Amino acid sequence: MPNYFNDNEDLKFYLHHPDIQHIIELKERSFSEKDNYEYAPQNHEDALDSYEQVLDIVGSICHDTIAPNAESVDREGPHLDHNEVTYAKGTAENYEKLVQAGLIGMTLPRKYGGLNFPITPYIISGEMISRADAGFANIWGLQDCAETIHEFASEELKDKYLPMFNDGATAAMDLTEPDAGSDLQSVALRAYYNADKDQWYLNGVKRFITNGDADISLILARSEEGTEDARGLSLFLYDRREHAVTIRRIENKLGIKGSPTCELVFNDAPAYLIGNRKMGLIKYVMSLMNSARLGVGGQAIGIAEAAYREAAKYAHERAQFGKPIIQFPAVYEMLTNMRVRIAAERSLMYETARMVDLYKAYLEIGEERTLEKEERQEMKTNQRYADVFTPLLKLTASEICNLIAYDALQIHGGAGFMKDFPIERIYRDARITSIYEGTSQLQVLAAIKGVTTGMYLNRIREYEEREINPELEHLKKKLMKMTETYEEAVKIVHDKDDSEYLDFHARRLVEMAGNIIMGHLLILDAQVEKRFKYLAELFIKIGDAANDEKVNYIKDSEIRDLGTYRQVITDYTE
Amino acid sequence: MKGLRIIVLAKQVPDTRNVGKDAMKANGTVNRAALPAIFNPEDLKALEQALIIMDRIPGSTITIITMGPVRAANIIREALYRGADSGILITDKRFAGSDTLATSYALALAVRKTGKYDLVMCGRQAIDGDTAQVGPQVAEKLDIPQITYVEEIGEIKEKKITVRRRLENGVETLEAPYPLLLTVHGSAPECRSRNAKLLMKYKHACTHTELLHEVEDYISLHDIHPYLDITEWNVDDLKADVEWLGLSGSPTKVQRVESIVFTVKESTTVNGDEEGINQLMKELIEHHNIG
Repeated sequence: MPNYFNDNEDLKFYLHHPDIQHIIELKERSFSEKDNYEYAPQNHEDALDSYEQVLDIVGSICHDTIAPNAESVDREGPHLDHNEVTYAKGTAENYEKLVQAGLIGMTLPRKYGGLNFPITPYIISGEMISRADAGFANIWGLQDCAETIHEFASEELKDKYLPMFNDGATAAMDLTEPDAGSDLQSVALRAYYNADKDQWYLNGVKRFITNGDADISLILARSEEGTEDARGLSLFLYDRREHAVTIRRIENKLGIKGSPTCELVFNDAPAYLIGNRKMGLIKYVMSLMNSARLGVGGQAIGIAEAAYREAAKYAHERAQFGKPIIQFPAVYEMLTNMRVRIAAERSLMYETARMVDLYKAYLEIGEERTLEKEERQEMKTNQRYADVFTPLLKLTASEICNLIAYDALQIHGGAGFMKDFPIERIYRDARITSIYEGTSQLQVLAAIKGVTTGMYLNRIREYEEREINPELEHLKKKLMKMTETYEEAVKIVHDKDDSEYLDFHARRLVEMAGNIIMGHLLILDAQVEKRFKYLAELFIKIGDAANDEKVNYIKDSEIRDLGTYRQVITDYTE
Repeated sequence: MKGLRIIVLAKQVPDTRNVGKDAMKANGTVNRAALPAIFNPEDLKALEQALIIMDRIPGSTITIITMGPVRAANIIREALYRGADSGILITDKRFAGSDTLATSYALALAVRKTGKYDLVMCGRQAIDGDTAQVGPQVAEKLDIPQITYVEEIGEIKEKKITVRRRLENGVETLEAPYPLLLTVHGSAPECRSRNAKLLMKYKHACTHTELLHEVEDYISLHDIHPYLDITEWNVDDLKADVEWLGLSGSPTKVQRVESIVFTVKESTTVNGDEEGINQLMKELIEHHNIG
């Protein structure tokens, strides 16, 4: 039976990555739960087999239900009646299927009704669901909120709310406000504590909230009166059954139309504090956002996969000048580049997912016992890497996703511009990925730390150390040359010692590092499976040319040029 | 009310809906090796109806029975992943070649051997034979009432059940007492998905024969969790008369199998009036085809 898991050999490849074994050992605490839970694995192979079979369920639901519903969901969208959001019929059916299959709360521990899966198979699921319907992937992906509750909330809140997820509770993360978008420090929604009732209350407005009418919402609010920055913000949990939120409207969007984006007014809404006061943005939302950014990376790759498949199908079927258009270099170059770029981003994504898996597993173990020195070291290293790899992934995957959707529509020609093919929906859905959960420009701000602290370079050096087959050696050499150029570019920018100049070139530097990292990852993949060799070869070719362009621009750029940039738009706006 | 004891009869069939170019052998018979073996779609819908009853009447149990080779245990596992409680595989070389009459004989013996039951449910027909005979024959052999072509379960009472059946030109609502056999129509809703936890719980479920090929770790699992055992019955377990089984028990004889290749490309539109129909009849009689 066709299915989104077994028709994509890359997914299986990353599920069976050699490092997964270590992750499983940690996540399953040496398989200690097998005596308490009938569905806990016996050993490593058993766990991996379970992941594979459960992913097969996800793949079936994607193929049989979610993808066929995507068009009607896009057309119908959600409705707002009597202060309640009703999903489109297809959305409700999709969610019901996933709940029935027990796929909400995949990464939660078993004691909360979860499957205790690592992040890697969870991201594989997200990728498949996004390929089927990107808008629906948001509703499903908001189970990330359960992770945040699990990581930071009190035992009492965990016991009360976490089991609701596997039963099908929906979630939302309420961060953005009319005057607090990228700049979350200026969140103004007020939280006050009523000592008599021993209860927190929320008042204010949230905007652009995905799935705003969810059963469980996490809200960033200002709990410390008189503060204006991040240190005055705390994170709260709101239970929909309180009925203390007015939904002003559902936004009418360009894409991901099935996902309800709401404007909410909190009217003295009772809420529970998550963790400690003042840590809302600094710690909890940062963690939540990192999960969500990894999720958007998966969403972007899922959308790109869908776009690529639509384009490839069309290019095979459509004949012009007496032959299928796929035979023309102008077309097959576009298609091949899509395939190559998806492979590179996917490799980066699962590398990042493994980093997150490792540090989160240690984090959980650390709550049960004191970690050994080496364990603590491994946790910290992976967390640091994950912190700079996540924005790199979100940035590059979402931008590439847009490029791929653009080219895929282009291959359809005039037909692609019509509502008759799925590509127009995919093209619209792609657009949000480089905007929400932090715009690309904001990802650069986070990712540049990977450049300035040398974390990217460290990792690149680690990749260089790994042994590879002789037939891949020339590719590695090329990457080493690219790395020299990258270091040169970093030095030029660093030596200028000017923060605005650094900001100006930040994206170029981050992307240069990204191209080298993805090149290495594809070579390492080729080490395991030969088919990655061509992908690595072509990707490194594109990456090399792109990096040359960037370094040439940096070499030719002076601090005084920034003034010229500002001057040009001043001239036009005055 | 107390739960109902439900038996679902299911068949593993070649997936004739996804037919590739190797689906038929040169001699016109089905090339089973080239077609994936699946849960017969209407039997899967029967399972869903059984699960709906189980959702509504707590304490109900579902036992799935299938007859076939060892690998047919796959569909028993498929049923367990969706919520069935236990499974029985009827397997024996002496069943080979059974037609609908011999099959229903074996299935009826198995149903009887399970002990008390309230409902026997199965799909209307299997996609490899399309006879729609097995369900009704089982009911006859068990000497219980039957309702065919069911698409929805209505009211469930202590002693009887109401169902809606799909007919060619409408629907019919019927009530019948237990024990009762229902065959489920293709218009009934699709079966629910496999559940992740149930899958992980039951994936090591297997028959005695399959267990012989399992690794040590999983064999000992069966001692701890008896629910992992899929019951296996052969001719002797059923105390069946071999004369009534296999080829000797099957009056249906396949005389010839033809591989029909459609050669006509153009289409003809026939008016629905008297004249059109007459013309159509004439053509069919003369050429044995239309157009």
